[in-house]
Amino acid sequence: MDTNQYLEIFIDESKEHLQAMSEHLLELEKDPENIATVNEIFRSAHTLKGMSATMGYEDLANLTHKLENVLDAIRNQQLSVSVEIMDTVFSSVDDLEAMVEDIAAGGDGKRDVAAIVEKLLVIEQGESAASAEAPEALSASQSTGTLSYDEFEWTVINQSKEQGFTCLEISVSLRADCVLKAARVFMVFEVLEKCGEVIKSFPSSDQLEEEKFDETFTVTLITKEPANDIEDKIKKVSEVEQIQVTEITAVPQPEAEPVPEPPVSTSVQMEPVQEASKKQPVELEKRESKSPKPAASNKTIRVNIERLDILMNLFEELVIDRGRLESISAELNHNELNETVEHMSRISGDLQNIILNMRMVPVETVFNRFPKLVRQLSRDLGKQINLEIIGAETELDRTVIDEIGDPLVHLIRNAGDHGIEMPEARLSKSKPAEGTIKLKAYHSGNHVFIEIEDDGAGINKDRVLQKALDKGIVTEEQALGMTDRQIFELIMASGFSTAEVISDLSGRGVGLDVVKTTIESLGGSITIDSAEGAGSIFSIQLPLTLSIISVMLVEVEQEKYAIPLSSIIETAIVKKEDIMKAHNQQVIDFRGKVVPLLFLKDIFSVPHKEQEDRFYSVVLVRKGEKMAGLVVDSFIGQQEVVLKSLGNYLSNVFAISGATILGDGQVALIVDCNALIK
Amino acid sequence: MSETIASETVKVIAFQLVDKEYALPVHQVYSIEKLMHITRVPGTVPFVKGVINLRGVVTPIIDLRSRFGLSDEQYDDSTRIIIASIDDIEVGLVVDGANDVLDIPVDAIEPQPEVVGSLGDEYITGVAKLEKRLLIMLSLQKIFK
Repeated sequence: MDTNQYLEIFIDESKEHLQAMSEHLLELEKDPENIATVNEIFRSAHTLKGMSATMGYEDLANLTHKLENVLDAIRNQQLSVSVEIMDTVFSSVDDLEAMVEDIAAGGDGKRDVAAIVEKLLVIEQGESAASAEAPEALSASQSTGTLSYDEFEWTVINQSKEQGFTCLEISVSLRADCVLKAARVFMVFEVLEKCGEVIKSFPSSDQLEEEKFDETFTVTLITKEPANDIEDKIKKVSEVEQIQVTEITAVPQPEAEPVPEPPVSTSVQMEPVQEASKKQPVELEKRESKSPKPAASNKTIRVNIERLDILMNLFEELVIDRGRLESISAELNHNELNETVEHMSRISGDLQNIILNMRMVPVETVFNRFPKLVRQLSRDLGKQINLEIIGAETELDRTVIDEIGDPLVHLIRNAGDHGIEMPEARLSKSKPAEGTIKLKAYHSGNHVFIEIEDDGAGINKDRVLQKALDKGIVTEEQALGMTDRQIFELIMASGFSTAEVISDLSGRGVGLDVVKTTIESLGGSITIDSAEGAGSIFSIQLPLTLSIISVMLVEVEQEKYAIPLSSIIETAIVKKEDIMKAHNQQVIDFRGKVVPLLFLKDIFSVPHKEQEDRFYSVVLVRKGEKMAGLVVDSFIGQQEVVLKSLGNYLSNVFAISGATILGDGQVALIVDCNALIK
Repeated sequence: MSETIASETVKVIAFQLVDKEYALPVHQVYSIEKLMHITRVPGTVPFVKGVINLRGVVTPIIDLRSRFGLSDEQYDDSTRIIIASIDDIEVGLVVDGANDVLDIPVDAIEPQPEVVGSLGDEYITGVAKLEKRLLIMLSLQKIFK
């Protein structure tokens, strides 16, 4: 069977299910008694198993199957949630994730899962030992099923069991918006009656026919078919939201034995049915994928990200032409043309907002893997760490989202490893034993801020400074004039690590400088605030989007350059007399601050005639706390431009971060202010 | 007989540079453009003239004369930009003029003789003799280096 066309759907949905599993597992850990959570996990695992088996990923299906068995035991309360079980389940979910990643990367999803399968089996066997005792412990009225049966029904159940049948209690939920409930019930019954015999239903069949029930009804079925097959068959009925199949094992007769596993195919006449069910697994998968979606959520459609990228590219072309139209109409100065162009500009501005918004993804997609990370972290370090996530719904452009994951992982590990103290140390400082890492995201202006805050030890300023001096990162003179923030930022310099014991968790100080570079390459910045003993805050500032930016166009001789507005503080005209010299550097006094002047002419070696100006046009730009004045010939104005790369051939040009196409069709280079300020 | 010869030819784009004719395989050539505004990119090697807006794509431009160390000349009406690409790299080459699209029999291409004018032999893959014309076959990989 050609499964390629379903591969993408498979990968997307597997990831969703794995994510759901992780989330619910974390919930379960907090509230181990909550069977509803187990059910959620089980459902995800089950769907995943079905999908991966259909797609032919046997290792994936196999591991999921074992996982499912353990979950089933928990669900049926034959097994209670313990730390060991949770650890095993978590690590098997990790394995599953790795496999799905492998498949997504074009691999075959194979992975050595023998060890983890072994562990799951041990747990499961522990369960079966427990379940062997279970029937004795249960009283007559406490069957695993939710329906109660009278004596006659019990006799039927027991007799059929002796003949090798299984007794299943099937609970079917229809979708809330189902119109023809009676018809669906009829269809479900028809399916069931083909597989075996329905001995009881709740509500009664009369009531079901009259639609006198909410969404859920329960039937008891005696059959020779495995529970999973039946479940799958019922799922083929439209508008079925959810199915839960429980095997009735506890029988109110002391001599009853645990029911043996139903054989896969027991009789000849059963086989065609099973084959039929195997022939349509892909269709089934599609339906399954639709059914678990909550009906109440927003109306959404799934659009391939590539299409959005194409749309974005097309729109970029439009923005360029818009710029061209604007400059033409400004030249012609024709009233009606001006009006039309203005109107078009407004509409395309709205359009731009919508398209950019479409590419926005909530940071949740990055944040949601952190609870598990922190859990693992606290176990590995023997610390108690609580992760608080605020503003997970904050949206960021997809291009930024793709890049921001790794730096955040690093910062969180860093906070857990170096920030939060051991529980004893915390208690002795009269802090709660449990440390807190707060991950917060919010919008402000054209930027998104992400803060990682911990209530740990904070940064020891003197130690950082001493270390930086020892390692020659700063000189004595530099150290004297540094602000607290500048000192904290030293920990992001390469070749720096303050942890007394180097752990394999947060590296040897090689990571934080990478974090810094990554964030800066995204056009963002990172700052550190810290109070010793009270904790630290790492704040990351990121642009909302990377593809369309606002710039200030300036002219240098015949050439035009674009300076990103995000770096600009303001523009000024400076008299020649106001320029001072410090060492070999020309500086100006800007609002009480000494700001060095950089002549773009010289930096970009623009061919120019010697001429003396009495006034200089200066663009004041900043990088973090530092400032510089860029001297240009004239300001042209502010414009929204589409950021383009210079191509693969010119990959590393000094102080140029890219190019853009102006209204007149010419290319203007975008100045990288970060590179200009040391 | 004529059929077998026809099947063993390579299609090339022939262009002029100073007094010689050069050629690039047609599959490496994306388009031929008239001269347009070139935006200088500071801080690059001298033979990179800058970038152009090629229908919305910012494309770097190499001046082949200065790449080969030939004499500089003012661009004129016959100056063309040949947009060529290999391995994801797309670059425009400034040449004196684009002459022809030719089919060259494979056996007419010879390894380059010992002396081929002033042009360093490192850019050349071979020389094609075609009646009275002499075409110098270029290697893009080496030009882009």
